[in-house]
Amino acid sequence: MTQTSTDLSLMQANMFAFPRRHFISAADLNRPQAEQLLNLADSFVGLSRQKNKKLDLLKGRTVMNLFFENSTRTQSSFELAGKRLGADVVNMSPRSSSMSKGETLIDTAMTLNAMQPDLLVIRHASSGAAALLAQKVGCSVVNAGDGQHEHPTQALLDALSIRRAFGQVEGLTVAICGDVAHSRVARSNVAMLQTLGARVRLVGPPTLMPSGVDRWGVELFHDMRQGIAGCDLVMMLRLQLERMNGAFVPSMREYFRFYGLDREKLAKAAPHVRVMHPGPMNRGVEIDSEVADDPKISLIQDQVEMGVAARMAVLASLAARLDND
Amino acid sequence: MAALNASGAQPCAFINARLVDPESGYDGVGALVVSKGVIADVIHRPSFDNLSDDLRVIDCNGAMLAPGLIDLRVKTGEPGAETKETLKSAARAAAAGGVTSIVVQPDTDPAVDDPSMVDFILRRARDIELVHVYPAGAATKDLGGERMAELGLMRDAGAVYFTDADRSIVNSKVLQRLLTYAKAFGVLISHRPADPWLSQGTVLTSSEFAGRMGLSGQPTIAERIMLERDLALVELTGGRLLVDQITCADALQSLARAKAKGLPVHASVSINHLCFNTLDIGDYRTFYKLNPPLRSEDDRQAVIEALASGLIDVVVSAHAPAPAEDKRLPFDEATPGAVGLETLLPALLGLYHDGRLPLVDLMRTVTLAPAKLLGLSAGRLTPGSPADLVLCDLGAPVVINADNLISKSKNSPFDGRRLQGQVLMTLVDGRIVHQIEP
Repeated sequence: MTQTSTDLSLMQANMFAFPRRHFISAADLNRPQAEQLLNLADSFVGLSRQKNKKLDLLKGRTVMNLFFENSTRTQSSFELAGKRLGADVVNMSPRSSSMSKGETLIDTAMTLNAMQPDLLVIRHASSGAAALLAQKVGCSVVNAGDGQHEHPTQALLDALSIRRAFGQVEGLTVAICGDVAHSRVARSNVAMLQTLGARVRLVGPPTLMPSGVDRWGVELFHDMRQGIAGCDLVMMLRLQLERMNGAFVPSMREYFRFYGLDREKLAKAAPHVRVMHPGPMNRGVEIDSEVADDPKISLIQDQVEMGVAARMAVLASLAARLDND
Repeated sequence: MAALNASGAQPCAFINARLVDPESGYDGVGALVVSKGVIADVIHRPSFDNLSDDLRVIDCNGAMLAPGLIDLRVKTGEPGAETKETLKSAARAAAAGGVTSIVVQPDTDPAVDDPSMVDFILRRARDIELVHVYPAGAATKDLGGERMAELGLMRDAGAVYFTDADRSIVNSKVLQRLLTYAKAFGVLISHRPADPWLSQGTVLTSSEFAGRMGLSGQPTIAERIMLERDLALVELTGGRLLVDQITCADALQSLARAKAKGLPVHASVSINHLCFNTLDIGDYRTFYKLNPPLRSEDDRQAVIEALASGLIDVVVSAHAPAPAEDKRLPFDEATPGAVGLETLLPALLGLYHDGRLPLVDLMRTVTLAPAKLLGLSAGRLTPGSPADLVLCDLGAPVVINADNLISKSKNSPFDGRRLQGQVLMTLVDGRIVHQIEP
């Protein structure tokens, strides 16, 4: 591993103030900004691999994780990111029951805002919740997933994983496969990958494609073999099980047959193809274990690792902007 | 209020007005005398030759003098949700907007589905004594869409038409019987065409925008599918139908075919669908969350053209008050609807200023056309008809500020918009119910 001192100087060299007060959408970043953020994230990767993982970039800052939806992965990733940067991290998981008692999202947020956090990380089941919150609070808001709208830090960590695996994102052909209609990961990734110069394909049954997708500047496929033919990367999406019992697709086994990723379908892709999944995986539904666990092709574990680095970059960069204000 | 009432007793002469009378089609210089609550005299010259001394003379300075607006679709919160809007606050808002008659929807708590509830609304309106308030009765008991409500008794009590408001009557048999029964009783049924399965759980119209925003959209054919069924039932039964808020080009084609066949069908459109499209939702702005949802710009243009051609008969405000706590929520949790009584006229005048409709045709959609649908003698400038009038400075710029609205709820999609047309005075039965300081 690299020396701590080189890491630090690299980090300082890469540090940049986030262009906006909030990070709501992957489309908030233009290409140079996205590249800068990725450079910063890259410099945090080494840090997480050494024994002393702590910095004091966010010393004195308070990060609040406000997760209205359960999420082990994203929440712990943000928590670790905040802690490794030296911030005080508070996790709040307002129960849906307290919401049903009449306290609205805004009420909860205003209460927390009064405690003067510097950064508020929010996940909510409704599209637009993060944007709504951003209008009402005084701190910086990071969207950690709002309904079916966006999950921009996921797109950032995916881009980081891709860049480390392929050297660059530009020019790659990426197939995003599965339930695009209900996926915030897909929306953020389409925006981020296009910003970074990748060619994006969307693959899935027509019932799981959002309306107007033909105008997203992507190639659309309903046949998975055609869709991943020649691709450098296959990005699988999670399919909620309740959508599979005849509502959007007839059955689990039919879905796996036509849209599940197995070695046979993957053979159509480029020989150096890599596979990604935002997790948690439905093994045997959208992805075959044999593919998911093959270290030669799967980037899934890298994605989890890069998640912490990418979120450190987002928090550090937003805090750098706060310092400048 | 006493002073205002007293002014009603004194006969008034409005001179130097721009009279707009949808019945005669006249739009030009004129003067008008109001006496004993009715229009006593109308001339097409700037003033009368010899005005008697006991007349109060009001010089209009070229402002438009037209019949007061008749709004067929107004929701209040009374009874059941008075914090949103009461009949009184709605009536005051109406008066401020030049609306002299409102038809209140039956989807209150409890619903207006029997004659005693109709009577309750009418008694409250009489006590308020501002604008005319007419109740619409529920078409089915409890708005349940299953059992027919007492249409005849409610008609006799004063209900002007029957509707389940925002709810579609899904059961075709029920609507068939309603239309058949309504025909015999000579009453009008109003129905919102929305296929329940295609529109269930959706919060806007499906489009590229909806897809990008991650919001669940309904296709416009949800409206057309239900409308086609409704029109087939009208053809079968001969019952008179008001299509509640037609919004899209798809459905307009169906409507045009039905009207060409001579079916007894009429249609309304809300001011919001004439002024906004789905992109106005922008960054999840819940004041633009409506039911039916805003459509594409192509659909908006189609409804404007349909209004100009007369295919759509009536414009409504679709006044639906929702307080901040119902709107300051994530988009899919927010209550749909917008207030509109105070902005209806200036917003509508935008179509005249843009050259889309002649003034007299535009005014017909909110005066004579709804009056004819309900069989009212208002909505025209004819001697002997009620002196329900609006005086409006057509060119005056106004900036809508939701905080200044009279409605108890401030959910106006026109907040911050610059419109043209200032209501100067509103008269109901010859009484001045609203007047701004000169």
